[in-house]
Amino acid sequence: MRYAMAVDTRKCVGCNDCVVACQTENDVPVGHCRDWIVEVTTGTYPELQLEIRSERCNHCANAPCVRTCPTEASHYAAGGIVLVEESECIGCKACITSCPYDARFVHPEGYVDKCTFCAHRVEKGQDPACVSVCPTHAMVFGDLDDPNSEISKAMATRKWKSLIPEAGTDPKVFYLL
Amino acid sequence: MIEEIITSGRMNPEIDPVLHVWGWEIPLYLFLGGLSAGILIFSAYFSLRNRQDELPIAVKWMPLAVPFLIGIGLLALLMDLSHVLYAWQLFTNIRWESPMSWGAWTLMIITPLSIAWVAIWMEDIFPKWDWKFDEVRTAVNWLQKYRRIMAQVLILLSIILGMYTGILLSAFNARPFWNTSILGPLFLTSGLSASAALIAFFSKTEIEKRLFTRIDVILIGIELFMIVHLFMGHLAGTQVHIQAARMFLGGEYTVPFWTFVVGLGLLLPVSLELLELKHKFIPAIVPVVLIIAGNLALRFIVVSAGQASRWLY
Repeated sequence: MRYAMAVDTRKCVGCNDCVVACQTENDVPVGHCRDWIVEVTTGTYPELQLEIRSERCNHCANAPCVRTCPTEASHYAAGGIVLVEESECIGCKACITSCPYDARFVHPEGYVDKCTFCAHRVEKGQDPACVSVCPTHAMVFGDLDDPNSEISKAMATRKWKSLIPEAGTDPKVFYLL
Repeated sequence: MIEEIITSGRMNPEIDPVLHVWGWEIPLYLFLGGLSAGILIFSAYFSLRNRQDELPIAVKWMPLAVPFLIGIGLLALLMDLSHVLYAWQLFTNIRWESPMSWGAWTLMIITPLSIAWVAIWMEDIFPKWDWKFDEVRTAVNWLQKYRRIMAQVLILLSIILGMYTGILLSAFNARPFWNTSILGPLFLTSGLSASAALIAFFSKTEIEKRLFTRIDVILIGIELFMIVHLFMGHLAGTQVHIQAARMFLGGEYTVPFWTFVVGLGLLLPVSLELLELKHKFIPAIVPVVLIIAGNLALRFIVVSAGQASRWLY
């Protein structure tokens, strides 16, 4: 089982619904976020291109945060989801500095927090909160090892990219182009 | 020309707009760790060469400072932890891939060992010293017999301590400026240089003063060589490494780095030390203060610049 997420950059309108759903579902402290929207405009006027991405922890298969964690608080859970065990985190912030996506932050209670792919929902067979609320159905979540899953089909039929694969992290969040 | 505008809806304090999770605590600790490592390496090495009576400051006196230096460093480290009540979790795991785990375990061993190392020289430096309890006296006498083995272990652990302060940073591929393996040897050399300068400053005899001034001149030479290589490596690297190097070659860190680290922290003191070796009179306090300040500046600037450098996507 290899959980992954794909965000369709042709459908995402940057409404921030995923951000709010995550904050509500996971009780994310005010002023912080586990997912966020990035808008990239390239080109020279009037030839402009806009890409909107909903970004979060990439749940890398070769996660630098898991490698640099001195206590095993950052670890791989079922399906390759990268999680932080609060009671093992000492707050050294090595994982924050090691993440090229800047996906982690210090929770006001001291431990390091980030996207969990809504592991508590996924184990009940539900989609992560962000995926479930997306009004344009721009996001799919599922198991890459299952060839019939929605995500495997999307990856097989669409062009896609991942973010800075050259950092060697083997990210598991993909962007459909 | 292609314009690129990136806007992010993210707002995580300490991450946006630039990462700043490590403040003054980490560079201060890196400095104290490097300095302690340098002092212990010189002390252990020259005791193995049986030069303790010829070089008393280096071998017997300077280690007295080490437990205090490590103590302050550890305090700074603890102050940096945001979930500090769980710090004991460091010692429920050995994580080979995590430099921070290496550091925690090295400190765990080197701290008591440095106290034992101080203890075996106490009666030598304070002739009237009395251990008060027979048990302590017996224990110290027992340790005396293993002085050579202790010295060998100390050299090995101190090299790990001095190197790891740099490796800690270079293990982060996400921060291109840190992502160079030369930081380990550079921080080790700079820690050795600071301790050599301190030994030369405190030494009472001409032999010891000249020896450690000479050692320091060589170490500063090596440091300058490594700094040049640091930038050569980055400039020959990928786009993100080139951008990281440019922060120091015209960018925001240019003036502080080349003025305080290279100019005032390395070039000026090494010139003064060379004049001193030619028997010109130089107030002894000047080079040592410049070197210590340069050492601190190196770590503060490197820790800050690393967090300002990043991958772009």
